[in-house]
Amino acid sequence: MSMNYSGDSLLGMFLFETTQLLEQLEESILNTEHTSSFTQEDINEIFRIMHTIKGSAAMMQYHNVSKLAHALEDLFDYLRSEENVEIDYSALTDLVFANVDFINEQIGKIEEGATEDDDATELINANRDFLAKIKNEDKGQSSSGEANASGNGKAGDGLQAEKNANFKYSYKATIYFSEGCEMENIRAFGIINNLEEVAGDIKHIPEDLMASEAAEEIKSSGFRFVFNSNCTYVDIHQLLMQTIFLKELELEQVDTSGEAKSDSKTLEANQSQASNVEKNQEATMASDVKKGQEDTTRQKQAQRQRPNLTHQSIISVPVEKLDKLMDLMGEFVISEAMVTQNPDLVGLELPNFEKSALQLKKITKELQEVVMSIRMVPLSATFNKMKRIVRDMGKKLDKEVTLTILGEETEVDKNIIEHISDPLMHLVRNALDHGLETKEDRIKAGKPAVGNIKLEAKNVGSDVLIIVQDDGKGINKDSIIRKAKEKGLLKRPVESMSDKDIFNLILLPGFSTNENVTEYSGRGVGMDVVTKGIEAIGGSVSIDSIEHVGTAFTMKIPLTLAIVDGMNVSVGESIYTIPTMNIKEFFKPVLEDIIIDPDKNEMVIVRGECYPILRLHNAFKVDTDVTDFEDGIFIIVKHDQHTICLFVDRLIGQQQIVVKALPEYILRSKRVKGLAGCTLLGDGSISLIIDVSGLNDLL
Amino acid sequence: MNNIVQDDFYLEEDTQKDKYLIFNLGNEFYGIEIKNVIEIIGMQPITPVPELPEYINGIINLRGKIIPVMDVRTRFKMPKIEYDDRTCIIVVDVDDISIGLIVDIVAEVITIEEENIVLPPENTRKYNRYIKGIGKLNNEVRLLLDCHKLLTEDELESLESVEEALE
Repeated sequence: MSMNYSGDSLLGMFLFETTQLLEQLEESILNTEHTSSFTQEDINEIFRIMHTIKGSAAMMQYHNVSKLAHALEDLFDYLRSEENVEIDYSALTDLVFANVDFINEQIGKIEEGATEDDDATELINANRDFLAKIKNEDKGQSSSGEANASGNGKAGDGLQAEKNANFKYSYKATIYFSEGCEMENIRAFGIINNLEEVAGDIKHIPEDLMASEAAEEIKSSGFRFVFNSNCTYVDIHQLLMQTIFLKELELEQVDTSGEAKSDSKTLEANQSQASNVEKNQEATMASDVKKGQEDTTRQKQAQRQRPNLTHQSIISVPVEKLDKLMDLMGEFVISEAMVTQNPDLVGLELPNFEKSALQLKKITKELQEVVMSIRMVPLSATFNKMKRIVRDMGKKLDKEVTLTILGEETEVDKNIIEHISDPLMHLVRNALDHGLETKEDRIKAGKPAVGNIKLEAKNVGSDVLIIVQDDGKGINKDSIIRKAKEKGLLKRPVESMSDKDIFNLILLPGFSTNENVTEYSGRGVGMDVVTKGIEAIGGSVSIDSIEHVGTAFTMKIPLTLAIVDGMNVSVGESIYTIPTMNIKEFFKPVLEDIIIDPDKNEMVIVRGECYPILRLHNAFKVDTDVTDFEDGIFIIVKHDQHTICLFVDRLIGQQQIVVKALPEYILRSKRVKGLAGCTLLGDGSISLIIDVSGLNDLL
Repeated sequence: MNNIVQDDFYLEEDTQKDKYLIFNLGNEFYGIEIKNVIEIIGMQPITPVPELPEYINGIINLRGKIIPVMDVRTRFKMPKIEYDDRTCIIVVDVDDISIGLIVDIVAEVITIEEENIVLPPENTRKYNRYIKGIGKLNNEVRLLLDCHKLLTEDELESLESVEEALE
């Protein structure tokens, strides 16, 4: 059973790591797009990432992924070893993206529990063809390249050739894994597998890694191995440091006579790692004369290892645990108030108690802030996804676009991030497809040929604004009005509509200005998808546009879903909370404005509009003395197109509430209409949150 | 190491075996398996929720967790009584659903060996389907409740009421 468990966690680790590596890869490739060329550093990074994925996929027995990663690794290995190769940059990035997409797809499948069964042969061949092509172009310059090409088509042969030659260096290494990482022998096997790429004559203790005692032996005395390689100390060290769950690495360079080199170092996989790497680097640099370019690469690699270290200090926690923590936190705050404001204390002189109570209050507040902040995630990941969309679409539509990202560090609740991803994608696609003109049109209009899309996030009070702005052709008001008339969406005379009102017509369901359905947008679903998605999380969308200058879509979203502004109202003994965003107004009823139709339906007229009245005490069957309209208060609530007038006893006040779901048992036994959940009030009592969208059914 | 943990786990299981929490409804003694019981709390202010069956009084706040409470008297179609100081809420957890059971008095925790438990008589089973068994203790009997059925028999009941209405 324990094997199963650790197997699962190994798989989880593999998925997590691979996903992260792919994200990193995608990002670094997108970054290179500015210069349209790969630096040595980029090539090394892609090589390294593919190498890691190949190794871990092979370890997890996902051969398709492993093979594909191998093919791409070969390609980049060639690029790495051959300087000044002429490459078709954009074809190469497309190829890399195709690879990334394929692996991502497979990872998705593995995550869902399916097997990764898609055949990668086509892509592998594409990688090989590309490799063969650049090799052919490079023929005159390098004879070794030609020799390799005539082999089985893998650039890895270059390495194999290296392997067979006499190795320059010998190494002796001992690796200790972190305690409790499980399956040490398999991990050791992974290391050997990786090493075989660059080294030969590998001997290791324990010899049989698949034997059952191997794991125990590695756990107690470390995994010891010797090997020969042409790579320098730093390279080997770096390779070995990539091992997952590495606790300590001892790596010694042994000269041919077998004696350990005097300056060999024991390195620990802790915070001092980066500086140690640099120290070693200096030693190596002193002994070897290197080209300036390589030196900078090394230094950059060493620098890049530092952010990796911060990666290791991140743990992923199930959201349920955070929810639970937040529940407890809320309860803690209430308990704190119950203790420090206990009625038993009234009239007592307790200076020491007061002091301690104050301290408790401070800590509670800080704790609460920390707990709330745990759920907050920066928008950068979501924004970075847009880079890829802009790039791909720009290519397909033949529009040159730069994407400017501002405020990506803005944090919002995790739930919200999940909800805004799709609307944001829709808006970005729209901006590219409908907003930006073609190159020719832009030049004709006197604009720079390269379009600009700005993605911006900023905090405004308890809301976050996300703005998608393009410098395209803007929105033509007349064409919108024409279109709205055609579709019968125009409800008011055009003269009385402000510019904003006109732009907002675009957001209505059934409105899509682009006649031509393209691959990316205008599939008839239109902008109302965006509106719906954003409104579902309590946000709103607005549009600003100047014709020929550009358009900006602004999404206003709450910081968190878990906390909403609510108005507490009482009906009899019960307290209900109405989300403030649904409340239009409240007022004391005037009897003359109330009409009762022959079916005994009550209605009220407010400024010429007629709304149905819902007596909350009837709807929820609560006993109350307030049954005459004059004694209570009316609240006009709105959701989508429905507006209802609620009749309640009295208003209590506004407060920020933490939304909790109703107990599962109650949800299961009967679908409770008109209730969205419940919340705890300051005194620990429960208030039910009214779901305005469900009230219609109660009328 | 795993073995130790598992041993502990079984030990805990063992200490709960055959133990029942006994409570009163009127003059009748009922028992529920101790493994389902989370805690016993005094009467709390209950927030009513509309559209619920009569025997669900509403919801309470149990240290930040919102749980429904069921009046077991109403559930068994017994006459209601005023809640007093001795009225208790037994919080039980069945299949990850927590619910509070309002009972007259919580009496004690006793051990009833398996051989002292008999099934309820065949011909009455239709009427007391919440009774899992009858435990004999000295000369008295304790009705052992099936918590699971207590929570999940609603659908059946509502179906029957529909049938009755049709007839």
